[in-house]
Amino acid sequence: MSTVPSAARRLRISRLRGSNNEGVLVVAIAVLATVVGLVSPSFWSVATLLNVGTNSLENAVFAMAVLIVMVSGGIDVSFMAIGIFAGYSVIVLGNATGIAADSAWLGFMIAIAIGLALGLLNAFAIAVLRLPTLIATLGTQTIIRGVMLAFIGRKVIPDYPPGLESLSTTYLFTDYAAIATRLNVMIVPSIVICIVVSLMLRYTLVGRGIFAIGGDAESARRAGFPVTRLRVLIYLMAGALAATAGMMHVTQVRLANPYELVGGELDVIAAVVLGGASIFGGKGSVSGTVLGVVLIALINYSLILLGVPGAWQRAAVGALLLIGVSAQALSAAGRHRRGTIVQAEEAAA
Amino acid sequence: MSGDHPLLVAQGISKHFGGVAALDDVSLEVRPGEVHCIAGENGSGKSTLIKIISGVVTPDAGVIEVGCETYRHLTPRQAIGAGIEVIFQDFSLFPNLTVAENIAVSSLIAHGRRTVRPPELRRIARAVIERIGVDLDLDARVEDLSVADRQLTAICRALAQDARIIFMDEPTTALTWREVRALFQIVASLRESGVALVFVSHKIEEVLRISQRITVLRNGKVVVSGEAAEFDRPALIRAMTGRMLSERRPSDTNWREMPPILEVQGLGLGGYFEGVTFDVRPGEVLGVTGLLGSGRTEIAEALFGVRPADTGTVRVNGQPVVVNSVRDAVRAGFGYVPADRLSEGLFLDQSIARNVIAGSLDLLVGRLNLLRQSVADRVAQTTLTDLRVKMSSSRAPVRSLSGGNQQRVVLAKWLARSPRILILNSPTVGVDVGSKHEILEMLRAKSREGMGIIVISDDVPELLEVCHRVLVVRRGRIVAELTGDGLTEKTILDELAA
Repeated sequence: MSTVPSAARRLRISRLRGSNNEGVLVVAIAVLATVVGLVSPSFWSVATLLNVGTNSLENAVFAMAVLIVMVSGGIDVSFMAIGIFAGYSVIVLGNATGIAADSAWLGFMIAIAIGLALGLLNAFAIAVLRLPTLIATLGTQTIIRGVMLAFIGRKVIPDYPPGLESLSTTYLFTDYAAIATRLNVMIVPSIVICIVVSLMLRYTLVGRGIFAIGGDAESARRAGFPVTRLRVLIYLMAGALAATAGMMHVTQVRLANPYELVGGELDVIAAVVLGGASIFGGKGSVSGTVLGVVLIALINYSLILLGVPGAWQRAAVGALLLIGVSAQALSAAGRHRRGTIVQAEEAAA
Repeated sequence: MSGDHPLLVAQGISKHFGGVAALDDVSLEVRPGEVHCIAGENGSGKSTLIKIISGVVTPDAGVIEVGCETYRHLTPRQAIGAGIEVIFQDFSLFPNLTVAENIAVSSLIAHGRRTVRPPELRRIARAVIERIGVDLDLDARVEDLSVADRQLTAICRALAQDARIIFMDEPTTALTWREVRALFQIVASLRESGVALVFVSHKIEEVLRISQRITVLRNGKVVVSGEAAEFDRPALIRAMTGRMLSERRPSDTNWREMPPILEVQGLGLGGYFEGVTFDVRPGEVLGVTGLLGSGRTEIAEALFGVRPADTGTVRVNGQPVVVNSVRDAVRAGFGYVPADRLSEGLFLDQSIARNVIAGSLDLLVGRLNLLRQSVADRVAQTTLTDLRVKMSSSRAPVRSLSGGNQQRVVLAKWLARSPRILILNSPTVGVDVGSKHEILEMLRAKSREGMGIIVISDDVPELLEVCHRVLVVRRGRIVAELTGDGLTEKTILDELAA
């Protein structure tokens, strides 16, 4: 029978593909770069790298928040609201009190504290009240945004405390050939955060607990994982990460606008799903997620470069989300079919 | 380890839920190196007893002695600490994680660890796997494993936690008999290492085959407890059901002269089965058996149009029919009761009556395609009464019924259509002895009324009890037709294994 060589080939292909579609994403990024580069030769420039890096550095951190929640079997749509709440509040607070005047560090610490507090709100709704995650975070998203607009402010603020002002103009690279194309130094903490989350997910019992809950929450409880405590921790971490990313965003754009970010959740969720995280929980990796973030940044940038209207960018991201989810569904169906055949062969042997 | 001192003694355990006594003064003793079976029908209190001993449920009265300690009530952590492990029917594994991690992770938690190193997971897992001499791929994800391998993984996990008593809830329900045999070998090797196993089961054969001691529960009370050698099949059935059930083979043979209802000629489906030829006569129950993956289920699914056959002809009452979809099959007079009754056969949250009529809506509509409610109610009520479904009201959701009664509702759904040929896949898997007997009795009655019935099963006693004729499928071909005196447990098993 021809099933043996084809099984071996399948194994090789699946190894190339990576456990979370990493291989497919690398290929997709390469193909996209080639095609766009052929159409528009200006694509091949340092400016492209810096642009994609600038776009990805904050989205990668947002994506870590989404990834942790998604691996645990939930879905979080409040992260952008937490991000802008924290970022905008720090600017307002800094200007009003001068508290983070000289230190960007302190600004970030305050943002993280706000993120933890807002994450606790999600944790309470999900781990204690046991609400479905999508509905709970839709609710908190609206509450957080409403509270910010009602009590913190509605104005776009161009003036920053000096500490954050100077961070916003500290660049790792500057491309003098293109106007205003630079890469902020915050790419470094962004990479560090991704590495730390990756190590946490892989090598700590907390991380394995997150995967276990995503696989089967009741089994996790029976195996001895403190499920409720882990869930609280998950949403605290997500809150802190979202606040950090929001702070990065506000610092980078140097214009604190409370109407930003909320509504852009899909870019990040699509990146995480494309990166192989299962919307049903239990699967996902940092490497896949980062590749997903880069792919989406690259697509957005390419569409601008090619002069495609902004509305089409949204359509493209939506399409990518569907492709990511379909790929998961297809591979699950494929595995099911293979399982049946293998069993049949075993029984026949 | 001393041979006589019991590992666990539960004494005078009682538990009430609301006004109902789930357990009433139940005592149980488990000794090292024994296989102890707790037998009983659905609802006899077996599950509650396990939950109390594993610390999940607190008893109203009674004590549990384990090791040197006596507990009024155990916590799950104390139970695990005392070496009590329970393997539930769903195995409680993580489908998305590897075998190694599934086996090792609980013991890491128990040791209060914070970090995980993959080589260590593999070392713990390999030690256990080698100890019981099984073959498991440590790096495979559990979701890719067969049911039998998942069960092995669950057993290994229990052992990784130094289990001294392993409770297994209905361990053989989802296994083929070959896998059951492999499981029993592992159980034997575990016994030799001093581990005690407690099987909870309602399958008479395995209870008698594997256990040293048997405790029978009925309605929350211990009916009898003793050495397995003191029991035989009728005695055990009587203890479990409280009544005598006849287990006679069907003998009516007038079906032989009748023209066939169903004639299948050269049926084939690429990669699954080929050259399948047989017929079914009115009043006959035809059995089809084979190992998992032999093609037995695929043949049934082809007849019912789920996965239509590529080659061959099908005739119903002498008329050729083409079955390319489920709709074609239903129109031709086929009914199919799938193996997984919970996921494939029922709308669990809908009412019992609605489930019964769900398969025959086209027969129950009047003008403008509106449902004729009064006719529908009558059909549902008649069928349910016919099948003796125990329920508070036909408006209650199906979810509220016990497993055995849910099974009857699935049957009722198909009988409401009065199909000419009814195909049943493993009709009594997971059904207790009493209900099983009634379901088989009912199938026989329907066959006497002239319905052609095909039972697909690997439960040999079930086939022997209900079938006039048994076809054995191996590697997609019918290799034997057993009937009359040639139809015995031995001939079926020989053909299956050949």
